[in-house]
Amino acid sequence: MLESSSEENSPAVAPPLTVEQAIANLKHEDLSLRYYAAWWLGRFRVSEPAAVDALIAALEDEDYRTELGDYPLRRNAARALGKLGDRRAVPGLIRCLDFSDYYVREAAAQSLEMLGDRSAVPALIQLLAGGVAAAQQVPGRPHLTQPYEAVLEALGSLDATEAVPLIQPFLEHPVARVQYAALRAMYQLTQDDAYGQRLVQALENSDVKLRRMALADLGAIGYLPAAEAIARASVENSFKLFALKGLLEHQLDRGKPQLSDTAIQVMNLMDSLL
Amino acid sequence: MTDAQTQELIRAVEQADSPARLVAAVQNLVAAQDEAGISTLIAVLGYNNPTAAVAAVQGLIELGGAAVQPLIEQLDEYNYGARAYAIRALAAIADTRALDLLRIAAATDFAPSVRRAAAKGLGSLRWSQLDASERSLAQAKATETLLSVSQDSDWSIRYAAVVGLQALATTPDLKEQIGAQFEQIAQTEPDTSVRARVNLAQQLLSPYIKTGQ
Repeated sequence: MLESSSEENSPAVAPPLTVEQAIANLKHEDLSLRYYAAWWLGRFRVSEPAAVDALIAALEDEDYRTELGDYPLRRNAARALGKLGDRRAVPGLIRCLDFSDYYVREAAAQSLEMLGDRSAVPALIQLLAGGVAAAQQVPGRPHLTQPYEAVLEALGSLDATEAVPLIQPFLEHPVARVQYAALRAMYQLTQDDAYGQRLVQALENSDVKLRRMALADLGAIGYLPAAEAIARASVENSFKLFALKGLLEHQLDRGKPQLSDTAIQVMNLMDSLL
Repeated sequence: MTDAQTQELIRAVEQADSPARLVAAVQNLVAAQDEAGISTLIAVLGYNNPTAAVAAVQGLIELGGAAVQPLIEQLDEYNYGARAYAIRALAAIADTRALDLLRIAAATDFAPSVRRAAAKGLGSLRWSQLDASERSLAQAKATETLLSVSQDSDWSIRYAAVVGLQALATTPDLKEQIGAQFEQIAQTEPDTSVRARVNLAQQLLSPYIKTGQ
């Protein structure tokens, strides 16, 4: 998952809303207004209980379905709930993990990662059933059978060490993005340098989209030995800046009042990329 | 280097038919260090080839003052990638003729990459180019812009504003105003990275300004 502000760009039509309207609109007869309201509540991080309740209810919405059987409102509700930080959403999001719409499952896995609640771990592990062999492209759709990237990343962030034997085989998955997610999770769960180093090597990939992704992963795990390689990578400065911010924050998290030398080194690299 | 030789190098850039040939041609033109190549190097910033653009930026920086006016006049209003490279070149050359352009870019450009480059550059212009009265007016203008930019909603732009302000804070006339702003940022900044950058600025500036601790 790339941390960029572009993912928060507003839809083309952006009617001004109040919090009350947005909550009310989640039940509006105009389904596009429901969809917009769910996005809006997440974008502006409206974490008041009434908004969370309404979004949790929207996870069960049956009205807004596309011809392909997709559930756009459920997707947006699941995405928004991750941003609101209210763990009451966890049971509903866990139920979303075995819902028919792939993108609802993906959004739920990402939001469960953000909410940081370990009770989601068994349900996330379920999505790895069948291992790499089952992790195939779905014919006619631009995705695999499960949202493996999101699941692997969530398991790493949720400190699911019990999942290590299930995650490890995904290091050899044919899709590079899935490999990176597995590397990222394995590093988080084992702190073994070898996984971080493989992500550093991925900064040399010939595909710029994959280089950006590896950068984001290194930032997410705060892998300090990558700092120089990140600054040198052949990727736009914005992405490098975000990745180094991730490294810096991991350093600062140590809670020491004064700045460490390594934190200062990371900031010097960030300054050079402005 | 004769005119004809430079024209040949320019043609090689304009006619390069692969990314690798473009990079090589730009490197050759940069090596010639001829002011006649400036417009071509500026054009390369918009070719969407990062390696060539980085080489061109380096070449423009080496040409220094001669590149300033063309960079200002040929700023690409329709391509923010090209604009960010041009602003980085102007920031590195640090000629005070770029002051107004950098202020506008830092305050109003829609592209964060452009705004960050401009904010950093605003702090480090070569103020000694100006006489005393011009200098304090120019520095006050740069400070005013950066103080405003340091309240932006985007963390990376606030971070760049801190870097710019840190450079300006070594000026005796400005140290108190900027020191007070740093103190306020240190208290109220929500982003840990920006807060850390302010702490670093305060630490580096401690010979110049007092913090409230």
